[in-house]
Amino acid sequence: MNLATANASPPATQFVTLTINGQQRHLEVAPWTTLLDLLREYLDLTGTKKGCDHGQCGACTVLLDSKRVNSCLVLAVAKDGSQVTTIEGLAAPGSELHPMQQAFVDCDAFQCGYCTPGQICSAVGMIREGHAETADDIRELMSGNLCRCGAYPNIVAAIEKAMDATRARLSV
Amino acid sequence: MSLLKSILGTAVNTDAAEHLGKPTRRVDGPAKVTGAAKYAAEFNVPNLAYGVIVSSGVARGTITSINAAEIEAIPGVLKVLTHENAPKTAWLDRSHRDQISSKGGSPFRPLYQAELQYSAQPVALVVGETFEIARFAASLVRVEYDEKPHETDLHANQAAAHPPTDNSGGYTPAPKPRGDAESAFEKAAFRVEAEYSQPSEFHNPMESYASTCVYGEDGKLTIYQKTQGVQNCQAYVCSVFGLSKKDVQVISPYVGGGFGSGLRPTYELYLAVMAATALKHSVRVSMTRQQMFSFSHRPEAVQQIKLAANGDGLLDSVTHHAFEETSRKEEFLETVVNWSGLLYTCPNVSLVHQLVNLDVASPESMRAPGAATGIFAFESAIDELAYQAKTDPLEFRRKNYAEKDQNLDKPFSSKELRACYDQASERFGWQGRPLEPRSLRKGSDLIGWGVSTGCWEAMQQKAEVKAVLTADGKLTVSSATSDIGTGTYTVMTMIAAEFSGVAMENVSFELGDSSLVYSPVEGGSWTVASVGSAVKSVCEELRAKLFKLAGKMDGRPLGGAELADVTFVNGEVRVTKDPVKSVTYAEVLEAAGLDKLELDTTEQPQLIKRATHGCYSHSAVFAEVSVDEDLGTIHVTRVVSAIAGGRILNPMAARSQILGAIVWGISMAMAEEGLMDHGLGRCMNHSYAEYHVPVNADIHDIEVIFVPEHDEIVNALGAKGMGEIGIVGVASAVANAVWHATGKRVRSLPITLDKLL
Repeated sequence: MNLATANASPPATQFVTLTINGQQRHLEVAPWTTLLDLLREYLDLTGTKKGCDHGQCGACTVLLDSKRVNSCLVLAVAKDGSQVTTIEGLAAPGSELHPMQQAFVDCDAFQCGYCTPGQICSAVGMIREGHAETADDIRELMSGNLCRCGAYPNIVAAIEKAMDATRARLSV
Repeated sequence: MSLLKSILGTAVNTDAAEHLGKPTRRVDGPAKVTGAAKYAAEFNVPNLAYGVIVSSGVARGTITSINAAEIEAIPGVLKVLTHENAPKTAWLDRSHRDQISSKGGSPFRPLYQAELQYSAQPVALVVGETFEIARFAASLVRVEYDEKPHETDLHANQAAAHPPTDNSGGYTPAPKPRGDAESAFEKAAFRVEAEYSQPSEFHNPMESYASTCVYGEDGKLTIYQKTQGVQNCQAYVCSVFGLSKKDVQVISPYVGGGFGSGLRPTYELYLAVMAATALKHSVRVSMTRQQMFSFSHRPEAVQQIKLAANGDGLLDSVTHHAFEETSRKEEFLETVVNWSGLLYTCPNVSLVHQLVNLDVASPESMRAPGAATGIFAFESAIDELAYQAKTDPLEFRRKNYAEKDQNLDKPFSSKELRACYDQASERFGWQGRPLEPRSLRKGSDLIGWGVSTGCWEAMQQKAEVKAVLTADGKLTVSSATSDIGTGTYTVMTMIAAEFSGVAMENVSFELGDSSLVYSPVEGGSWTVASVGSAVKSVCEELRAKLFKLAGKMDGRPLGGAELADVTFVNGEVRVTKDPVKSVTYAEVLEAAGLDKLELDTTEQPQLIKRATHGCYSHSAVFAEVSVDEDLGTIHVTRVVSAIAGGRILNPMAARSQILGAIVWGISMAMAEEGLMDHGLGRCMNHSYAEYHVPVNADIHDIEVIFVPEHDEIVNALGAKGMGEIGIVGVASAVANAVWHATGKRVRSLPITLDKLL
């Protein structure tokens, strides 16, 4: 028997506490589970998308302690005590859409919708970073989020539209 | 709706539409921006197992061993499926063909035999209790091969080219030669002879192919599938696995992009069904991004073109010979060369399309299949010829304008291409463009302007639609079509509201479920023409039925008005000239004692009208590039595209379709390239990091103009479709602009900076 397969057995699970969309969750997770798979496969928060699983496309972008990250590159157990905001938590359930979500609808800033949650989370994170002033800044700073439908012009328009309202919301 | 308008009523015709032609936000928008929209791999059911696919490491040869038993011993692994233990599926090739596959080919069958057909084909499926276990175990699978020599190089195998021997839907064989292209070429004043090439390209929708196959207690399968055709998948699964249609339901409410890659059933569906039925267990199988490079793709192409014009700058000879790759077992056919006999008036034309069989996966239609390829080469050559004739390239195109479809010797159903040239060139500021290359500069950058014509066929297929009006006045319309981001949900809701008179907010459109009534796959830009026309028909029938029932009501609320005297709007039938006389649809149903009114219509293509015409959409594309002279870096700084695509039903989504397609065209021109290592017979750059597509910073100003066209021949709605036309001609406009900027004619895509040095 091959050495690799002879020693192969799933690693022991660990406990981790994460606050996801404002709700504290005590979770038992294997150390090889990414934050992305934790959200999608274990917590049914499927709004966060898997596009490449290698940090190359940005579809899995969430806000981790208010910073935008590729959740496919984050091991869940490494983030004990962290706050995670996903697309499902951007606006309170049953309430109006977040201004960025509304702007994406108004500007038709998506087609298939698969990159959209990542684009929206990334845009909110980008505005918080405070470096985006012009359309060119937005194009550059949003270049970690691929859109194969090619909705880029409308994505830039949506972000410009929602920038002030999002800033105001972040400063509260 | 304004009060005045609601009082005056709106006749339901194309001139005074309530909804059609008005920019309308997507009805599925809120679901997509909140994460509520569920895609194939997102239907989580209890006790779900996960299958991870192992891909082959060699292109040709035989599998001699797989360490499946060792892998199955790993705790948490439920099964390893390989060709050695895979349950038998249907014997005949016929049973493995789908709606889209070539008529006589042998479709690829995963885990069917030890013999390999191409590199990265699936060779095992590891099913585990969790995704992580399955992925880990799959990483430990060792496959031994007895390798055999392979051929994956189109250029090296061009001598083996042969004419197509097969046929498939959507393919039009090259027309017979007209005139004598060769002798006309020999005696012409201006001549161009050149070879153009482009690499294989991969669709790469953002969502990877995935299948969540839910195994019911009764053995019935509910399959959440990424696809452009739920019924095509259902029929395929039933045929391959010998299942009954009543036991297989394929569901696909949201699709994270397709671009043609989901026209045919994909291999993870086959594997998920095989695992679920073998284990009697629900199984999800998703492709990795790397595996997204292991099936359909736009075929690599080499194109030889000879063009000639007489001393007056009139096109006199066209020869276009295209070579495309296909797999060993199937002929993938797309219409590449026919456009060259269609776009301009020319008496002498010779068009040839040939195939080269290689050890690769079968190619598949990718956005504007054939046209994107053929028109890139042809429109580049036209630009070269215009320069030979010292004629402005736009003027050259106008001068050779085709007033009829010379391939078919028929008039066009409509063709506002001249207006496209006029409006787009004016918007772009083309006038005064210097003829000579390297004439325009901005600072240290060279600037170039290029133009191209684009064309796509306006097709229509048979489609069926069902409409159910319920007692609460709500209308549900449905058909088993798909919304791959094109805006199907929205446009069908608009059409239904328009022709039923039910308010938009009370209409819902259902799709993406094989149990709904028949729809063709979503492709070819034919969905609005096909399904939309059927929606119109069923809603018109609904109106007629409501009117008939209203006439039987006590108290005659419409006062004996004729059908022509009433208006259907906002859920009411009103006498147009006396709107006080009205009755709501709900009241009609109640009076008739009905809890619902259900109608079903099948719409056939307008074959008789269409048979006498050539039916196409057209575009005029203008591009500006900026090239750093020292570094060779190229930016596409502006694109203006004018589209003559029939009636535009939702200008908002239509504009988005064209914008996106222009991004695709820029991508084709500048970025996309499947890099084959012919030594290994394998695509080397199978990731988003190495297979380049544009990011936000690559895309600058894009402007879309819709030129109105009234066309009663193409279909009942007069719409020609938006999915493909936007990409066609973009790569040639960019290539022509690069030449104008630099004086360098790049004939092989993508135009990367090394080709300018």
